[in-house]
Amino acid sequence: MTESDLRTHATEIHEQFSDQLQIDVDDVVERLDTLVNDYQVPISEARRSVVNTYLDEAGMDRDQLGGGDGGGNEQVNVADVDAPEEWVDVRATVVELWEPRADAVAQVGLLGDETGTIKFTKWSKSDLPSLEEGKSYALRNVVTDEYQGRFSVKLNRTTTIEELDEEIEVGDDSVEAEGALVDIQSGSGLIKRCPEDDCTRVLQNGRCSEHGEVEGEFDLRIKGVLDDGEEVTEVIFDEEATEELTGISLEEGKEMAMDALDTTVVADEMRQKILGRYYRVRGPTFGRYLLADEQERLTGAVDADEILIKARSI
Amino acid sequence: MASTPTREVARRVFAREFNDASYTFKESDDDRAPVYVLLPTGQRANRVFLVGTLTETEDVGEDSEYWQGRVVDPNGDTFFMYAGQYQPDAASMLRELEPPAYVAVVGKPRTYETDEGEVNVSIRPESISEVDEATRDRWVVETAERTLDRVKRYKEADMEDPATDEYIAMADEEYEQLSIENYRQSVVGALESLQDEQAEASAD
Repeated sequence: MTESDLRTHATEIHEQFSDQLQIDVDDVVERLDTLVNDYQVPISEARRSVVNTYLDEAGMDRDQLGGGDGGGNEQVNVADVDAPEEWVDVRATVVELWEPRADAVAQVGLLGDETGTIKFTKWSKSDLPSLEEGKSYALRNVVTDEYQGRFSVKLNRTTTIEELDEEIEVGDDSVEAEGALVDIQSGSGLIKRCPEDDCTRVLQNGRCSEHGEVEGEFDLRIKGVLDDGEEVTEVIFDEEATEELTGISLEEGKEMAMDALDTTVVADEMRQKILGRYYRVRGPTFGRYLLADEQERLTGAVDADEILIKARSI
Repeated sequence: MASTPTREVARRVFAREFNDASYTFKESDDDRAPVYVLLPTGQRANRVFLVGTLTETEDVGEDSEYWQGRVVDPNGDTFFMYAGQYQPDAASMLRELEPPAYVAVVGKPRTYETDEGEVNVSIRPESISEVDEATRDRWVVETAERTLDRVKRYKEADMEDPATDEYIAMADEEYEQLSIENYRQSVVGALESLQDEQAEASAD
């Protein structure tokens, strides 16, 4: 990376600290240069490292750090958030507000823009005004985060919230996958979930990892793998989708299990009905899973002509 | 996404090419590292998905059940699969199915060197399910398309260029005596046989 590129990054870091700490741009350049050019660290990681060093020296929290003079962040679409701990600006509509589960959280919910939706968290200690469901905002200086492959943004005490006159439309972030169903993973078929309020964890041997031994509630689901020969997509089918896919309802599944005195017969039966067939599935993604909203078995005639012509010509 | 191990893709390959894929390798020294067979068209495969006609099943085990299944593709070439006590679901399918039947098979390629020094390639099935003709037809067209893509990439590759895909270069080196033309012919043959079947079906 060239000296002038490094200097641009260094100047941005310098600006982030300008209110709180007097740091020397040349010093920042030198530190970045060592990491990037001597140790071959990616620039994003180098910036993190250098910023952390200064935070430590000043005994500051990352929260107290400014994003420069407000214009320093990149404005991003929510679907483009693909790395944690980046300072960004978003323009989005509050799609849903959820009940915060901890006192430390003032508000939690879903933000959306044209490209999709993303979870947001607003901390109580940040002392920010309330967001309202359905309204659109420009949020400056939010920090991205990641948990198990899912990204979110966190509002902090340096975040500015400006309500917008225009309404930001929320786009559909569902994706489509097509291929042969090559596997049905464990935890599929007739399962039991924890009945505690707000807990829907799947029980393992009658135990919930949070609430211990509980009287579970039956549910149907399939965790399947679609494979088109080039890539794999892990898909979760909920009760409704599972019934549509397999023709087995929750009631029928319970009866089958009762007759056999064994719940695994349900997944076995499902395997015989759907494994090895081709499907097209649409739905939003959740971590590494695609959650099936719509599914369709691909049975129509396939056209061999075009490929045959190509095969003869090469 | 951090460290979730990625599931191996199931490659689509006709029996002729699969049975030629006698060269195996690992990408690391780790004992648990996946074993790949090298397809002669220059792609590694740790898993395959195939749909064809189950023509014969036989228990070839001596002390315990060990089922052999023969699945034929539209060119008349045969995939061999073996399932024993460690593949109980697949073994019981092979025990119960009545040939002929269309089956879909997901499995891992395995190679075995005979006393004569020949390498046999077979499949250790993870799952076997009975499917319909439409599913078989879709697999044939899909496999033709994937195979043709590989043949094309192989033919266009410059083996002298160090930037050439490593598996294509590896195939060029390991399978000197094999002709890539064979696999183009399996594509043409499979599609032609599919069209003949469809023409017959509509004439009935």
